[in-house]
Amino acid sequence: MTTPASTAAPAAAPAPVPKARFDWIPLALLGGLMAIGLPAIGSPSTWLALTVAGLAMGLIVFIIASGLTLVFGLMDVLNFGHGVFIALGAYIATTVLAAMSGFTASPLLGMNLVAVFAAMVAAMTLAGAVGWAFERVIVRPVYGLHLKQILITMGGMIVGEEIIKVIWGPLQIALPPPEALRGSVFIGDAAIEKLRLLAVVVGLAVFAAMGWVLARTKVGLLVRAGVQDREMVEALGYRVRRLFVGVFVTGSALAGLGGVLWGLYQQSVTPQIGAQVNVLIFIVIIIGGLGSTLGCFVGALLVGVLANYTGFLAPKVALFSTIGLMVAILLWRPRGLYPVTNR
Amino acid sequence: MPNRLLERTLSHDLPRSRWLALLLVAIFVALALAPVMLPGSKALGVAAKMLVFILLVASYDLLLGYTGIVSFAHTMFFGIGAYGVAIASTRLGAGWASVGIGVALALAASLVLSLVIGLFSLRVKAIFFAMITLAVAAAFQTLASQLSDFTGGEDGLTFRNPEWLSPAFEAFGFDGRHFSYWLLFVVVTLVFLALLRMVNSPFGRVLQAIRENDFRAEALGYRVVVYRTLSNVVAALVATLAGALLALWLRYTGPDTTLSFEIMLDILLIVVIGGMGTLYGAVIGSVLFVLAQNYLQDLLRLAAGAVEGVPVLAAVLTPDRWLLWLGVLFVLSVYHFPTGIVGRLRAWSSR
Amino acid sequence: MSAPLLQLRGVHTHIGAYHILHGVDLDVPEGEVTMLLGRNGAGKTTTLRTIMGLWPASQGSVSFRGEGLAGLPVPDVAQRGIAYVPENMGIFTDLTVQENMLLAARGARHAAQIDRARLDWIFGLFPALQKFWLYPAGKLSGGQKQMLAVARAIVEPRALLLIDEPSKGLAPSIIQNLIRAFGELKRQRSTILLVEQNFLMARALGDRVAVMDHGRVVHSGPMSELAADEAMQQRLLGLSLGVHQ
Repeated sequence: MTTPASTAAPAAAPAPVPKARFDWIPLALLGGLMAIGLPAIGSPSTWLALTVAGLAMGLIVFIIASGLTLVFGLMDVLNFGHGVFIALGAYIATTVLAAMSGFTASPLLGMNLVAVFAAMVAAMTLAGAVGWAFERVIVRPVYGLHLKQILITMGGMIVGEEIIKVIWGPLQIALPPPEALRGSVFIGDAAIEKLRLLAVVVGLAVFAAMGWVLARTKVGLLVRAGVQDREMVEALGYRVRRLFVGVFVTGSALAGLGGVLWGLYQQSVTPQIGAQVNVLIFIVIIIGGLGSTLGCFVGALLVGVLANYTGFLAPKVALFSTIGLMVAILLWRPRGLYPVTNR
Repeated sequence: MPNRLLERTLSHDLPRSRWLALLLVAIFVALALAPVMLPGSKALGVAAKMLVFILLVASYDLLLGYTGIVSFAHTMFFGIGAYGVAIASTRLGAGWASVGIGVALALAASLVLSLVIGLFSLRVKAIFFAMITLAVAAAFQTLASQLSDFTGGEDGLTFRNPEWLSPAFEAFGFDGRHFSYWLLFVVVTLVFLALLRMVNSPFGRVLQAIRENDFRAEALGYRVVVYRTLSNVVAALVATLAGALLALWLRYTGPDTTLSFEIMLDILLIVVIGGMGTLYGAVIGSVLFVLAQNYLQDLLRLAAGAVEGVPVLAAVLTPDRWLLWLGVLFVLSVYHFPTGIVGRLRAWSSR
Repeated sequence: MSAPLLQLRGVHTHIGAYHILHGVDLDVPEGEVTMLLGRNGAGKTTTLRTIMGLWPASQGSVSFRGEGLAGLPVPDVAQRGIAYVPENMGIFTDLTVQENMLLAARGARHAAQIDRARLDWIFGLFPALQKFWLYPAGKLSGGQKQMLAVARAIVEPRALLLIDEPSKGLAPSIIQNLIRAFGELKRQRSTILLVEQNFLMARALGDRVAVMDHGRVVHSGPMSELAADEAMQQRLLGLSLGVHQ
């Protein structure tokens, strides 16, 4: 993210030049897309429902992709196997929610949320742990070797998916939402699914937390600096390798969280869930600019909203619209919406 | 002592290992005589699949092993070839003319697509290219499923072959299936030898130079983008041809026979385990892989029977999880056998 | 004479297939400014990077306060109190001046924890940094970026400063600014190993000088000696006073 941490400027000084102007254009793009959607779709209530659905989907994709883009930005490692953490998270959700059927069957929202929260925590913990092992065993030996990274992380994903099949079986498992989270909330005429609202809330919370850590803590500062110039950060005396492991584990945990939400969103999980989302997240991080969290955020929202609009207006074109968006953005800004300099 | 004619046929790219040579000869003879030797149609089907994969993976090796480009769009070109034949035969009726038109159109489509993808993406970093091809292939797969009027959607297209290749046709004691098989065999052999010629030519050597160090190649005066694009195009065209052959063999084309991501992973597995940058790796790897796919499951079934009741082992040694073991083998190969089986055999021979 | 703070003996460095350093012997005494001079390609930058561990020495020893540095990972070298200002300055252009400084201040977790007195001293040397405190460092001019790079190296006390061609591409007035700043550091008895092509700056600041050619140190001694001997200057550097400013 490009918003700088701010503390009071030193006193008795020549008046400090104000902070650099924030680049609003990509956000304006999102707004523009939403604005065009309204006349295209026609009814405001449908538009509202679709927009919320789009934002929800976009935020879930952001949660999953954010770790990936930082991992790449910081250490030049592209994890083609990121999907396995998504699948892991989704499957853990099925187990936890099934085990807490008392909580999920209750009509009280609070009880339901406890169960969902437990599933999220479990998913994040386990996905993070697997991520730590994945980094050690699969990724670490191939730092700097892009070709081998692509191959080996794919291989890791294949093995991971098969192990998931061993534990949970190869068939689709239903993930019914808890009682109080079924159905929709009505805002005027618009029916907005409760699950999507949940996704929006969680997604925004993650974005805010991530933004805060990156902008206001020293660790976040180190990550942002490391994405730009890893060598210099090391020359300043910081062990970037350890930082990287932390980012990788966090990214995997976030992917697990995203898996829980995606599974609930689709209301079922299959072992291929990781591979399916993989394509989307790659498109999103290319659009956003490799290494940029804000870019990932805006890119994900753009993709989510566009996919939902085209899903309604012209369903057959949905995936193409996403690729078309990617092409259009690359033609305008070849390195993504918010390119990280020095890359 | 290799004789001169043999050397020239192989474009001076000899196996360089007694074991490898033996294996290759054995495979060549076995595949040539399969219709004669093998009893059931399942076995012949296995052999045909081997042939198709040999060509498909060899073309991928050109891209990955020799030029150093990772692309996930290879199955797309494979599918274009298969659908070309299928759609032509369905719409224009069975016959050599439709097959010819189908193949020609498919090749043209692949040419255009690979050029566009190449010129657009090969200017960017390898990682971008890999991701973009992933997205494009996924989109194409969706397209094929959705244009069901044209492509038969999820169910695919079943069609009839030209007369000589139809099962009903008989001559000299063989039927159309056998002739289809031999058509595959001849085409695969010829195109494989052509690829061998290509990678051993100056063009091939420039590709390898680019793979090693593209900056230096550019500095030496080679337009890297042009060479990469050409490599991309050739690989795509050969994959298209392989797809056409598959369609002729199966007399059917659908999204899962050609476009699925599983097939892309299979290609990756084969090229890495067989040996990248050798072309012969595609042969050995494809044969082993198809054998494994069909018979490893039986082996695992035996093993599963042996460890029945043992908790973790039983779950992991079942025939359904054969891909797990292949995946592990793949990961190990990338680390420890970067040169694959072919590389290993050659290393042994030179000791 | 006490043992030098930094000592290189027989250091060879290979980068890929290229053999850059062919047995460098170098002494950097404590509390003095040692200039590292030489033509382009002589191996000066490589020497600094080898000390820092960015390029590993293939042979020889690098000792700092008697301890060997060769083979240590870069962060560990930095943590022993060695600061490095690379030729390209290493400024994080997306971060503000404040954030750049905060990164360099290992002891501080927030900007408020940076030593106030030290910061005031730095602002005294480089007022522009105070003016552009919250500005993205990428928007600074070349001279200002160089000042930031040096400021980062001194925001906390460091035992040794390795500085690579700070005056490159800068206007003469900025160079004067830098000379003043380094002069103050000198007065504070900082130990500096300074690579410079600008002989004027070298002569003004250097206590000792080492001249490199073809990956070796071919001359070392007091700066006064080299400054007085024009023939030696011609021989070693291919130039004399007044040129190359």
